[in-house]
Amino acid sequence: MEQLEARRLRYARGGRVLIDALDLSLPSGELVALIGPNGAGKSTLLRMLTGFLTPDEGECRLGARPLAAWPRARLAQRRAVMRQQNPVAFALPAAAVVAMGRAPWPAAGAATIVEEVMALTGCSELAGRDYRQLSGGEQQRVQLARVLAQLWRDGAPRGWLFLDEPTSALDLYWQQKTLRLLHQLSRQGDFGVCAVLHDLNLAALWADSILLLHQGRLVAQGSPQAVMTEATLTRWYRADLRVSAHHESGRPTIQLRA
Amino acid sequence: MSNSAAPRWLALMLMSMLMAMALAANLGAMPLSLRALWRAPLSDMVWQIWLHIRLPRVLLAVLIGMALAVSGAVMQGLFRNPLADPGLLGISSGAGLAVAIAILLPLTLPPLPPLLALWLPTLAAFLGSLAVMALIFSLSQRAQGSLARLLLVGIAINALCGAAVGVLSWLSNDQQLRQLSLWGMGSLSQAQWPMLAVCAAFILPALLLTQRRARHLNLLQLGEEDAHYMGLDVRRTQRQLLTLSALLVGAAVSVSGIIGFVGLVVPHVMRFCLGSDHRWMLPGSALAGAILLLLADTLARTLVAPAEMPVGLLTSLLGGPWFLWQILRQQRGVE
Repeated sequence: MEQLEARRLRYARGGRVLIDALDLSLPSGELVALIGPNGAGKSTLLRMLTGFLTPDEGECRLGARPLAAWPRARLAQRRAVMRQQNPVAFALPAAAVVAMGRAPWPAAGAATIVEEVMALTGCSELAGRDYRQLSGGEQQRVQLARVLAQLWRDGAPRGWLFLDEPTSALDLYWQQKTLRLLHQLSRQGDFGVCAVLHDLNLAALWADSILLLHQGRLVAQGSPQAVMTEATLTRWYRADLRVSAHHESGRPTIQLRA
Repeated sequence: MSNSAAPRWLALMLMSMLMAMALAANLGAMPLSLRALWRAPLSDMVWQIWLHIRLPRVLLAVLIGMALAVSGAVMQGLFRNPLADPGLLGISSGAGLAVAIAILLPLTLPPLPPLLALWLPTLAAFLGSLAVMALIFSLSQRAQGSLARLLLVGIAINALCGAAVGVLSWLSNDQQLRQLSLWGMGSLSQAQWPMLAVCAAFILPALLLTQRRARHLNLLQLGEEDAHYMGLDVRRTQRQLLTLSALLVGAAVSVSGIIGFVGLVVPHVMRFCLGSDHRWMLPGSALAGAILLLLADTLARTLVAPAEMPVGLLTSLLGGPWFLWQILRQQRGVE
């Protein structure tokens, strides 16, 4: 599978530098969490890694080619993006929203794939409901099904999946189910996940590696144990917190001090 | 309503349209029954009336109804708002002003060759509607889709174009004034074969090209950014759809003047019957628009026969209250 790499990314708007001299490479077969305080540039970075924004300097490459040189449809078969909010103006059944994920592919077999991904993300029973009437959490599950459908090939998702806060509206049950699913899918080797996560404990439990962004720079990266130390988090988040070991997995658990 | 029922709905509407066409062709100031036509020789006056007055008029109503309804459906899809309408946003009046200029232009220029004179109003209307459409759309991008602002701009454009047409009619000579005011009321009474041919040459290709972009219009419903991630060239698709929609409005306005609310009401009803999938909803809107305008025009011709009322008045009487009701509903939704 193609590697995704960013070299010397820089992006400025209105005199403010949002992303500065940023290098990174995303390994496939992993779940990477992008974390950082408010305004760190996480969403901007995501939009450059996915080819929506063009950096002022530097470039993102998928495989041998820069993102900008990929034909649209072929890029859409290899990378999908789930954003935070997806309002829709007209009545659409949830299954139709998921089916739109198949747009970059030939129509054959779409119905089976739609059913499969909806079962996987636990939204089969939402299929016939109007997307606009769903709760925020239900909408997020439908959107997750849509982006998985977009990358689905031969019974599994293949390529790169980017998610901007995929769990922001989910309750504990669905947070756990969603991250377990993403983690398990990324094990298959042909699939890489990069998610912006606000909840550091979710990131610590399920991410293979963490990217910590602060004011447009990558200030720490590595395994959760390496990045999520009391010193690092306190320094960049400026919060009064304590890090201990999760007593099942040994991964870091972050607690705020009262 | 699921998509599986959509083909049946479309077949039903196609049959209704054909029936409405047959009905409309036989009703009028002089009823022409099928039996009378069957008995009369081709050279008879009833056939002359049927071939040169009724038939072109019925076909024109079908074409214009399709163009107005589909352009409304496309605009609502592009603006992602069910209240976008070529009349309300000032696009029809932009086209109208351009036609008025085209009618008045020969005042100062040497006479045009007849062929160009036939095409000129439609071309002008297309440019006029395209100009207003581009303006409104660029504003909507900046206003982040705030419809209230767009409608205000639409009011301003409507007022401006209305005033400009007023100035033009004040400048015009008697014959031009008559032509302007006849056309301005929104009527299909000018239906003749050459004009019908010009109109069809614009509208039919535009309808086909629009239908081919139905899937793209569906993707845009998830928002520009998501459509981009799914491999759609968003800017190009928007430009194409805006141009097609302007072409449809322009061609309709150049022939029939401003016939309001067809583009607002029909797509709304079709979304309710067929769902929001544009692959079904666009042809549904075309058929329903044709049926609506056929019926409205037949009423306009027969209610006060042998005189005739402008069909634009009828559709506005129908659409105005509908629009008000929709605004009230939307406001309730917001609160």
